[in-house]
Amino acid sequence: MLSLSKFLSFSILLISSTAFAQPVDDEMAKLLDASLAEQETPEYTSATFKTTRLVNGHTNEQVAAGVLDFRISHRFGAFNTGAYNFFGLDVASMRMALEYGLTPWLTIGGGRSTYEKTYDGFAKFRVLRQSSGKKVMPISLNFFSSWAVKTLKFSNPDIKNYYTSNFYFTNQIIIARKFSDSFSFMVAPTVVHRNLVASVNDDHDLISIGVGGRLKLTRRMSINAEYYYQLNKPEGTVNSLSIGFDIETGGHVFQISFTNSPAMIERAFINETTGRWDKGDIIGGFCISRNFTLFDPRK
Amino acid sequence: MKINKLFAGILILAGAFQVNAQDMHQTRTAKIQFFSKTSVENIDAVNKEATSFLNTKTGDVVFAALIKSFRFEKALMEEHFNENYMESTKFPKSDFKGKISNLADVDFSKDGMYKAKVTGNLTMHGVTQPATADAIITVKGGKISASSKFKVKLNDYKIERPAVVADKISDTIEISVDAAYEPKK
Repeated sequence: MLSLSKFLSFSILLISSTAFAQPVDDEMAKLLDASLAEQETPEYTSATFKTTRLVNGHTNEQVAAGVLDFRISHRFGAFNTGAYNFFGLDVASMRMALEYGLTPWLTIGGGRSTYEKTYDGFAKFRVLRQSSGKKVMPISLNFFSSWAVKTLKFSNPDIKNYYTSNFYFTNQIIIARKFSDSFSFMVAPTVVHRNLVASVNDDHDLISIGVGGRLKLTRRMSINAEYYYQLNKPEGTVNSLSIGFDIETGGHVFQISFTNSPAMIERAFINETTGRWDKGDIIGGFCISRNFTLFDPRK
Repeated sequence: MKINKLFAGILILAGAFQVNAQDMHQTRTAKIQFFSKTSVENIDAVNKEATSFLNTKTGDVVFAALIKSFRFEKALMEEHFNENYMESTKFPKSDFKGKISNLADVDFSKDGMYKAKVTGNLTMHGVTQPATADAIITVKGGKISASSKFKVKLNDYKIERPAVVADKISDTIEISVDAAYEPKK
């Protein structure tokens, strides 16, 4: 009996010492996992789209706080203008813009388009952010609001003209979801208000719904498509359909686009497009976006 | 007699675990920085929220950091780092599990600076590789802190560097680690 008890206590000692001899790695790994789990924060989805624009329209992406985004968007002419116009390449229309991230949730920007000599200013707010983990939010939601004024000379300068006649206001809600690393989709209900319309029968407020998506072809390149469906379509206009490619090259994103819209701001490409894809009114173009970091966010 | 010896055995066992707990030190604010230096561009990022545990008895040391918690000077860099290089949705964390191999040279009970060698496995981008680093362990008033600098090759961890950025991102990345431990409660 005595020897048994000795054996027992000896074996207990042995067990405790073998517990020591083994690396505590497993136990430490568990501590590490537990500690990480406690620290878990909501995991916000990033890079739903590569830039703030899908092709012509806005995405839910904001310009990061302290970053100035210099954008030069360029559209050639329509392909069907033929060899005389070198299939559209002779024609040039552009928008130059500076867009700035005031805070992570507020981007402001201004631009000038050659299309009807238009100036525009906008603000885009992030309202909801898609997230998983500790906090689950299935979608991102942004609110976009812009003002634009065309400064073309009045067609009839002899009558009393008001400069406010040339004002346009756009309000848009952008709902987006990154379904996977390679696929994102967005819906954008939009209202464009025109101060002046051609006749009393024309609507001042034009309602449309934009849909768009992107598919990553490689890690640095994606194909995008976007379509704006007009609910009360002004006569003679066509819904805007665009296809684009995003190519990332380090400091900037290069976008190539094919669209039936010659303009690059909301009121114009959504509601004033007249070209038709099936007739060959396809306009090639590109956009260069260069980011300048004005403030290091870590300081 | 029999009971006494059993009891003694249990006491020793319990004592062993108690000692074990006292030897454990931890931090949740370890700082991990990395630097990529090329003639064209220098890139650095910092993560101040890494977790680490150190067992002064066994010399075991572990680190873990969330990839998304690395902060860059440029937002676009941070996005590319997560999206294109580290694929942080697929591989959200990076960790190191290792041991101080010259534990006898480090006296955690006495103030001073000690040179230590740490060997273990570093997991990054889903790839685990053996890693060795020289560390300096400082003991001051019973508080332990550690710092280390070492280099990793992106190739070893299957982190692709496309040709267009080859002159902007170095293949050899320098990593520095600073941890100030507290006794684990």
